[in-house]
Amino acid sequence: MSASTVTKKSAATAGPATAPHSLVAEFASADALVRACEQVRNAGYTRWDAHSPYPVHGIDRAIGIRATRLPVLIFLCGATGTTIGILLQWWTNAVNAGVEFPWVPTFLQGYNFIISGKPYWSFPANIPVIFELTILLSAFGAFFGMLALNGLPQHYNPLLRVDRFRRVTDDRFFISIAMDDPKYGSATRRLLEGAGAAAVEVADDVKESAPPRWFLRAHVILACFLLIPLAVIAYMRVDKQTQPRIHIVQDMDNQERYTAGKQMANPVFADGRSARPKVAGTLAREDFTQDPHYFQGRIGDQWAVGIPMYHPELQKLAGGAAEVNEQLMRRGRDRYAIFCSHCHGLDGAGVGRVATYTTEREIGFVPPKSYVDPDVLVRPVGHLFNTITNGIRTMAPHGDQIPVADRWAIVAYVKALQRAQTATLEDVPTDERSRMTQPK
Amino acid sequence: MASIVHDRDNTLERPGQRAPLVTGGHDLHGVTEVVCRVAESRTAPAAWYLTMGVSAALLAALGAMIGYLFFEGVGVWGLNNPVGWGFDITNFVFWVGIGHAGTLISAILYLFRQKWRTGINRFAEAMTIFAVMCAGLFPGIHIGRVWLAFYLFPLPNQMAMWPNFRSPLLWDVFAVGTYFTVSLLFWYMGLIPDLATLRDRAKSKLSAFLYGLFSMGWTGSARHWHRYERAYLILAALSTPLVLSVHSVVSFDFATSVLPGWHTTIFPPYFVAGAIFSGFAMVVMLAIPCRALFGLKDLITLRHLDNMNKVILATGLMVGYAYTTEFFVAWYSGSAWELFAFKARAMGPWWWSYWIMFSCNVFVPQIFWFRWARTNIPVMLVVSMLVNVGMWFERFVIIVTSLSTDFLPSAWDTYWPTWVEAWTMAGSFGLFFFMFGLFCKFLPMVAISEVKAVLPHDAHAPAAGGHGH
Ligand code: HEC
Repeated sequence: MSASTVTKKSAATAGPATAPHSLVAEFASADALVRACEQVRNAGYTRWDAHSPYPVHGIDRAIGIRATRLPVLIFLCGATGTTIGILLQWWTNAVNAGVEFPWVPTFLQGYNFIISGKPYWSFPANIPVIFELTILLSAFGAFFGMLALNGLPQHYNPLLRVDRFRRVTDDRFFISIAMDDPKYGSATRRLLEGAGAAAVEVADDVKESAPPRWFLRAHVILACFLLIPLAVIAYMRVDKQTQPRIHIVQDMDNQERYTAGKQMANPVFADGRSARPKVAGTLAREDFTQDPHYFQGRIGDQWAVGIPMYHPELQKLAGGAAEVNEQLMRRGRDRYAIFCSHCHGLDGAGVGRVATYTTEREIGFVPPKSYVDPDVLVRPVGHLFNTITNGIRTMAPHGDQIPVADRWAIVAYVKALQRAQTATLEDVPTDERSRMTQPK
Repeated sequence: MASIVHDRDNTLERPGQRAPLVTGGHDLHGVTEVVCRVAESRTAPAAWYLTMGVSAALLAALGAMIGYLFFEGVGVWGLNNPVGWGFDITNFVFWVGIGHAGTLISAILYLFRQKWRTGINRFAEAMTIFAVMCAGLFPGIHIGRVWLAFYLFPLPNQMAMWPNFRSPLLWDVFAVGTYFTVSLLFWYMGLIPDLATLRDRAKSKLSAFLYGLFSMGWTGSARHWHRYERAYLILAALSTPLVLSVHSVVSFDFATSVLPGWHTTIFPPYFVAGAIFSGFAMVVMLAIPCRALFGLKDLITLRHLDNMNKVILATGLMVGYAYTTEFFVAWYSGSAWELFAFKARAMGPWWWSYWIMFSCNVFVPQIFWFRWARTNIPVMLVVSMLVNVGMWFERFVIIVTSLSTDFLPSAWDTYWPTWVEAWTMAGSFGLFFFMFGLFCKFLPMVAISEVKAVLPHDAHAPAAGGHGH
């Protein structure tokens, strides 16, 4: 039990059987204590101590206390902290443990921790944790080392049974000499009194001090309770759960919402409807199968060879006309400049800015094919349309960027580019020919 | 009883004399009496009951707010994209900063042999511990999925999942964790001899048992004192770099990012100075009512307050210097974003919080150039409160203005706290004052054995020689 309860009963009151343990002498001042200590020390005593309410200056020398080994202990703890800091970070973030040390159980395996392309082992970034762990373990060393070397906690101490001794934490100074000191004898009391002690008293020790039964039982029960969490964890680790986790807070599972079926007004939209109408341009799946010419550039299993000018969307681009006209071409040139020219070049020769840039820097970009490449020249329009929609080989699809009708407009323009670059004199209207053939 | 000047004004520097550290002519027993009386009396001043009542209510509010947050998720706070940190991290940095003064007083002043620290170190350290508790709370609850909070620590797990050790947020876990642990050990170690004093004077069985349990059987043995003093010195030496590292690491949370207004190398020293600044203001703010209510005016003298006000003035100047440098560098760097961020601080939508910060932290403490102000209780109470307001706003300004207006104008957004955040913050003050109130009433508020060591304890000691052994 705690020392304090014991302190209450002085040796004089009736209680458990006691035996004298040590001699306690009281002094009125720190100076008197230091002088007395010198005398006790010179008399050759070894099992004794001085007690004071605050650390008294010069007492170490008077008693002959050797410098403590505590700093060494603290240094060792600090060094352990440093080592743990280094190893912990290296192991968990900078080592391919799964491959190099496959025998390590999974829950202890570290790995090369990829984060923002930083090096796995970058010492400057590891310093803070190493530093903190060094300090933390040193502090543990200082605190627990001090307690351990001092033999604390020591809740039972015969000295604390002496009433007078209680003033040691207030304003009095004491020397205690244990009776099992080899030098101890009848002269001891005289020595202390001669050294200026204001009072000398005997501290008694309780003879047999087995803790009471209930105390032991309480500890056993407490220990059993402490095992419960461990047992639960152990059980959870080997048990297989068939049910999903219990969600205490259900608001992720059951969220508030506006239901169209219940005709709920929805404040988010201006028209207050919960069920939203189709976004302009939305296509149903059937549209694709019903008009493969327009949407896929196919007729049956052949590539279409004509531009589907029958389609109202395309006619809209042509200003209502049902054939390819200048307006549609202009639209095509415009879209081509936006979506294709940076790779293929404005003339379609395959030397757009991206192509020049990547060739200069040898980035390894497959250059776009020229439109007058013999392979490309013979492609039917349906195939060109498909190239834009779905991409081809290394060229990425553009279908999700360009509406269908615009794609056809681009196809028409690409065809025109091909035509322009493979043109012969026969392609020029007759009245213009003479102008071109005339020598300058 | 040693004869020393029975003069409560020990703030004057008389040539040839040391000003006493303790006034009122107390001897060893006198010091014990003054400090222990508080813990031993069956009642407490009415103001104490009032403080405890109010702070208990706020503490309950804190519990309710955290419960609500856990139940509903972080959506109950006003955070958004891009302002992902608001009151939560503002409060975190504010409270960690408050803690720093305690460690400075207990460790750094100890290493510099500033004996006057003995009057205030105990409760400054207590303040540190409670402030760090409040600080640790906020990152803990702001993570969204609180049940996964253990991801913060490198615990072996079947997913083989480890924290990223190159992240300042992880450094924070280690820095603040270490800081709290070491502060607690340091504080508790200092308490052991004083708890023994309370044990030896205890009248009731319960207090004898509890004080006895925690004083670990201390008998003031010279051999124990020897190791104790060694350990204390080393702990002080360890705490000194630790305290500097903690707020530096906290500032890395900002400085290692690329955000304009955060990405600056001045942050670590500037944060540390600010932390000490606000911490000292808090110590003054707490010391004034405590010494008046609990009759500690002889131990926490006017000279202590005077000294602390000088520290406030000095650190306030450092903080002001940092504010100015930041602005200068924003312009001098030639970085358009940096300059924009700072202009936005002073003149943007949050201009008022910037100017609250600037006036409270830079202009207000200037009054401490005058001795009458440094020794005038109402003046210093007001100044210390304003400094705390200013320092809270400093963190708010740094966090919110930088986050809300970053590089890309299309990503900008504003931030306004919800009532939940406001009450959580008020609740953290409740937690702080509740803990502090308990400490004041039940534990020795002044380090008894340390004050005794600096008393002129021998009859032949020179009069007014406050210098100890
Ligand atoms: C990012 C660059 C890039 C863009 C933009 C681009 N292309 Fe291409 N295109 C290429 C490359 C590269 C090739 C050659 C692919 C290969 O050979 O692997 C190519 C090939 C082609 C071919 C030849 C296909 C064949 O039959 O061999 C055509 C036709 C074509 N592109 C049309 C277009 C049209 C029309 C556009 C605008 C909608 C466009 N491209 C946009 C890079 C691009």
